[in-house]
Amino acid sequence: MKQFKGRVVAPGTVKAEALVSHGGLNTLASFQKALQFGDKTATCGDQNNKDLYGKQMAGKALCLPQTIGSTTGGLVLYCACSMNRQPACLLFSNPIDSLAAAGSILASVWLEDVSMPVVDNLGEEFLSYVQDGMTITVQEDGTVEVE
Amino acid sequence: MYLTPEQQEILSGSKGETMAKVMKTLVMYGEVFGADKMVPVTSKHNHLVTSFGLKALTPVYGLMEQLIEAGAVSQQTFSVDPRPLDKNVPANFLQNFVFNKFMYTKQDFYEEQLKKLGLMEEDAFSCACYLDQMGNKPQKGEILSWAESSAVVYANSVLGARCNRNSGIMDIMGSIAGFVPHFGLLTDEGRKASWVVEVKTTKKPEAQLLGSAIGMKVMEDVPYVTGMDKWLGTELDDAACAYLKDFGAATASNGAVGLYHIENLTPEAVELGKSLVKEDAKVYVIDDAELERVQREYPVIWKNPDAKPKLCFVGCPHMSLQQLKDWTDRVEQGLKESGRKKVAIPTVFTTAPAVRKEFEKTGDAERLAKTGVILSCICPLMYMNNPLCGPMPVITSSNKLRTYTTARYYKEDEILTYITKGGLDG
Repeated sequence: MKQFKGRVVAPGTVKAEALVSHGGLNTLASFQKALQFGDKTATCGDQNNKDLYGKQMAGKALCLPQTIGSTTGGLVLYCACSMNRQPACLLFSNPIDSLAAAGSILASVWLEDVSMPVVDNLGEEFLSYVQDGMTITVQEDGTVEVE
Repeated sequence: MYLTPEQQEILSGSKGETMAKVMKTLVMYGEVFGADKMVPVTSKHNHLVTSFGLKALTPVYGLMEQLIEAGAVSQQTFSVDPRPLDKNVPANFLQNFVFNKFMYTKQDFYEEQLKKLGLMEEDAFSCACYLDQMGNKPQKGEILSWAESSAVVYANSVLGARCNRNSGIMDIMGSIAGFVPHFGLLTDEGRKASWVVEVKTTKKPEAQLLGSAIGMKVMEDVPYVTGMDKWLGTELDDAACAYLKDFGAATASNGAVGLYHIENLTPEAVELGKSLVKEDAKVYVIDDAELERVQREYPVIWKNPDAKPKLCFVGCPHMSLQQLKDWTDRVEQGLKESGRKKVAIPTVFTTAPAVRKEFEKTGDAERLAKTGVILSCICPLMYMNNPLCGPMPVITSSNKLRTYTTARYYKEDEILTYITKGGLDG
């Protein structure tokens, strides 16, 4: 078990299985089909993301450097939260980008009863250590346990 | 973050619960990025990324309705990204059924919402709102609350306006409030380059391939690109602007670039030169081999990689007037060489509605129509975002379209050969 400490962007606690993207998560490319065609498991549709393509993202502890791509990214994440197809949490090795931040903030301000803790600044070591299937525990203060 | 007494009061609910939420959204957004204060939005118009009435985005329209009902609308008018559909663009019965009955069922409803929220005019739908004909071209130094990655990167880099890579919805929040948090690309420090990209190719690099290579390397950082004045000159003329439009869209979609500087060409690079480059900037050298590597590594996800293309899109982002004219010449010439009268593959060129109007005033529109090319104002990306297009072999010169869909990317010369000769081997 290893512990990492990041900055809390959206507070909350959660325990979930890790899903790791070493490249940036293209939010629109990843979520669009899942949102349009009723895939409640949110299978990643981003052909350029070799780590995530074809894998289920809903309910997973999504570990990533940042999100990239279209500026619809934030509202796509907002919709995923509204439709309860969001990852269990978002854990960024880098400082959070403006699109992921927008999605997290919009969900937090405009939706009720949505929980998706977001922690950033976990560092490069976090992303090189964590692997798919590991168990992640996120604490209120931004501590992330990986085992 | 410092808030003025008035901003503080809005946050406390002086203008109602909905405006308090708008304010809270902006304050949280600013706090995440260490903003020191709010700054006024100074552009005449805003630009929104969400143009499509997609059933999957129903939560967005719910939020828009809350804003409208509370009277929380912007003092600015705005343009918006392209409409998703056009009956002139080839679609089979099943596709039309899915488009109209499952996907874009909210289009009319959402367009009514846009009018209530401040749409500039009936046809203000283009990702390239900054083209002269569209009437939404900000001035250098103006503060924007825009979204649409390709428009934001163009406004920042080519026009010298200041805008963060705002998400959809966040774009309208800043416009409604009339101010945005001061951080990132709004600050002098945030506009400095942490990469120097040295272009050392033996020929003019393809705009969308170069942009892709840079985007994938620098991600969200600001690149300072050298060696391009050799190919683009030192004037922001029509050709250079069109090139940078396509280049920037690729940097923003293949990575997350919100601003680039082109040495001796873009306004801040001309004004400030290498003082824009941070001391610890990394270096990325791009030569012919690097561009070939980048293109070679694009995944081909067609079911049959050798399939004959069934559709071709050119114009993501939307084509400029000069690009339309140039492509008309090139297609005509290509057909003449191959002895064909019409393009060999159904081909759609996309442009802004106001550009199409101008183009139609010229004789070129008729010439283009004779080649069989369809001219449309849709968003090819929205057209392709459905499972029926997944297995469809579509080719494009747009690296943005390649990134978000199953479309296969080819350089412009290759696209021309495909559509005028039926294949790369002619």
